[in-house]
Amino acid sequence: MTAPDTPILKLTGIVKTFPGVRALDGVELEVLPGEVHCLLGQNGAGKSTLIKVLAGVHRPDAGSMLWRGEEVSFSGPQAATKAGIATIYQELDLVDDLTVAENIFLGHEQSSGGFVRRRQMRAEATAVLDRLGHGDIPTARRVGKLPAAAKQIVSMGRALSHDAQLLVMDEPSAVLAHDEVANLFRVIHDLTSRGIAVIYITHRLEEIREIGDRVTVLKDGRTSAVNLPARTTKTDDLVTRMTGRKIEYVFPTRPKRSAVADATPLLEVKGLTRVGEFVDVSLTVRAGEIVGIAGLVGSGRSELLETIYGARASNAGEVRLDGRRLPRGRVTSAVRAGIGLAPEERKSQALILEDRIYRNVTLATFADYATAGITRSSAERSAASHIAKELALQPAGVGRAVKTLSGGNQQKVVLGRWLLDPKTSDDEAPGRRRSRGTRLLLLDEPTRGVDVGARADLYRVIRRLADEGLGVLMVSSEVPEVLGLADRVLVMREGRVLREAAAEELDEETVLDLVMAGSLLEMDSP
Amino acid sequence: MTEPVDVADPQVEAAPSSAAHAAGRPSLSDWFRGDAGEPVRRNLALVAVLLVLYGIGAWSRSDIFLHIHRLWTNELTVLTLASSIGVVAVGMTFVIISGGIDLSVGALLALASVWSTTVSTQGYGALTMVLVAFLVGSLAGFLNGALVAYGRMAPFIATLAMMVASRGLAQKISNKTTQVVKVNGITDIAQRKVLGLPLLVIIFLAVALLAWVLLNRTTFGRRTAAIGGNGEAARLAGISVRRTQVLIYTLSGLCCGIAAVMVTAQANAGSSDHGNLYELQAIAAVIIGGTALAGGRGTIVGSVLGVLVFTQITNLFIVNNLAIEYQLIAQGVIIVAAVLIQQFRVSSLRRARPA
Repeated sequence: MTAPDTPILKLTGIVKTFPGVRALDGVELEVLPGEVHCLLGQNGAGKSTLIKVLAGVHRPDAGSMLWRGEEVSFSGPQAATKAGIATIYQELDLVDDLTVAENIFLGHEQSSGGFVRRRQMRAEATAVLDRLGHGDIPTARRVGKLPAAAKQIVSMGRALSHDAQLLVMDEPSAVLAHDEVANLFRVIHDLTSRGIAVIYITHRLEEIREIGDRVTVLKDGRTSAVNLPARTTKTDDLVTRMTGRKIEYVFPTRPKRSAVADATPLLEVKGLTRVGEFVDVSLTVRAGEIVGIAGLVGSGRSELLETIYGARASNAGEVRLDGRRLPRGRVTSAVRAGIGLAPEERKSQALILEDRIYRNVTLATFADYATAGITRSSAERSAASHIAKELALQPAGVGRAVKTLSGGNQQKVVLGRWLLDPKTSDDEAPGRRRSRGTRLLLLDEPTRGVDVGARADLYRVIRRLADEGLGVLMVSSEVPEVLGLADRVLVMREGRVLREAAAEELDEETVLDLVMAGSLLEMDSP
Repeated sequence: MTEPVDVADPQVEAAPSSAAHAAGRPSLSDWFRGDAGEPVRRNLALVAVLLVLYGIGAWSRSDIFLHIHRLWTNELTVLTLASSIGVVAVGMTFVIISGGIDLSVGALLALASVWSTTVSTQGYGALTMVLVAFLVGSLAGFLNGALVAYGRMAPFIATLAMMVASRGLAQKISNKTTQVVKVNGITDIAQRKVLGLPLLVIIFLAVALLAWVLLNRTTFGRRTAAIGGNGEAARLAGISVRRTQVLIYTLSGLCCGIAAVMVTAQANAGSSDHGNLYELQAIAAVIIGGTALAGGRGTIVGSVLGVLVFTQITNLFIVNNLAIEYQLIAQGVIIVAAVLIQQFRVSSLRRARPA
């Protein structure tokens, strides 16, 4: 046995790069047996990548990983599990159609001679759940029928059945109600008292106070602080370490607002509601204005954008563009009216990765370039080239597959899609239906997966579009981005708009305080 | 995965072609080796397979394959044999490129054939019979499309149901008898030659040509490929995915109607047994032709070549007087080989990519 003060896990200088992104850039982490080690960091700080390194999903490019005093390198998730590291992802990886017992022993079923020993498995599953204080969960029930909290316990049960010495939990409280969180904490205490170490990832600072022993803070892929005491470190301190940036984003200057403030609203949203996602949201966007929505994943912001766009049907409320009401749940109408969306998941929602760049750029407008249903690739190509030049796409050629581009340039392809204006092309065919051009852009996490240099570039493009008279409604979980780029900011939490203000009137900590449930200041020990 | 992972590094990928870009258009050999040349490479591989088959023919039946006149006659037979399944495969290509599947084609062919050859329909003459066949095929295809697009059913399930029901309806209408065609206009279709080619072959080639234009040069073809390439992206770009799906399945049904006329003319009769197992042959031909079963990409030329490869194999067995069982086995082996080669290509591409 290792002594209690010898780390069970020690990471030094872990580096993991993906093309165009340095996700981890020298991460340090030290976890003691029986402690709850909190991992804190904003979206994009590298927490998910770090978890995947621990779980054996990603292999680090550099750095060393000491597990129980020995240098290890996991060949895959199974190797990590075997070594005693169990990971509980945010989206629990349970099979809904299998029973509780089957899920707990998934991949290492108790069997003799190829036959599954059901009774023994059930008995052992009950024993495992008992250890978690939840012997009441019926082991023969299908997991799909369990509430979220019970599912999480089953996930932890699976980890225990593997004899895990380290449990990595990715935002376990995100799916739980308040009293369920208390129960989760009790289970975690129970585990740690038996020497099992827990890495606990969360956005919520108050949970760190309650459950954590020590805190490591990640920022832009680096460790900005290690082994801070969880209960006594000042909140200011934690937030600064999370948000203070070495590389300051360069935001374009805002134009004088007076002219815009008087303009009639381009987009008017009134009382928009989608059950379970957001409630009674009202907002306006004027031409030439960038409105930002700050909020965490799950605050309903992406769903709000998609509902305005018609990709989801609202339950109540209305959306008007230029005073004209849009039918609910119809993307084609929204596009025809002049709304464009750059969705959150660029690769799965916006691009045909195998297809060429110019065909991705013209995906929404190729019919407008066509004559009597016959497409004209030369016209599409030249229009796309023009846009590519305008947006400084790198490399400039538009004939290559879009998958060969970096994240920032892929985002430019998506933006470019909505900037084409078939109306004004030199060789247009008269008498065809033309879209009136995009006048409102909905941007969902426009800089996700985009490296810092390319971000500034995108910010300039977005600001220029607004200056040219487009309205922009932007969602981002990176607070500085919203504050730096937007003219006006709405803060969302749990499906509601909590506050609306000019960007100048807000600062990062105020917004962070609002988006992360619970007031930070109250919890600061004097 | 939620991590921002780029598929490929622009710098690495840009290096080989940057010189060509600087010079304007990429050179022909670059184009051939690049992504854009991929379908052409595939199709050339299929042509090579055909040549190998001719080689086997020349070795086993040199009296036919090394005699230019007899070879021509034989190949016309092959083309005629391929024509009806070819028309069906062309329609199937659209369905599969859109990410769907149509299992009902063989049964729709039978239904259209039977419906257009009932005694009462025959009374209205050849043109009406042809129109009825087209209409029956299109309407059933429309129903397939509506079930898939608006009923949100998996294409496999919707068209499976259509397959069973249509075959049953065809048997009901024909009372399981062979309905002999007494209208000369129909039987003529199988007899007539135009410019030295059988009319059936002309129809096949015309359908393939129109389909090529439709797929590669029209907004409909573009929508089809977009839906199969990334349905969610297509929807969020404002493409009316469901309307397009309905059109795609209707087109496949229409192709079945056309093929029904061709088969009816050849057999000189309508029957509920026509088009048996056409769905499997058509799907196999499309897959061999390089269309991805997952959708997004595929070519009409590839599907046509796929049908020709299949039919040429059948022909080789016939001219060598080998039993039909061996044909089926050979066809199965060809399907497996084609898919294995495709998988090999994909995985070798992945390995070549920078991590």
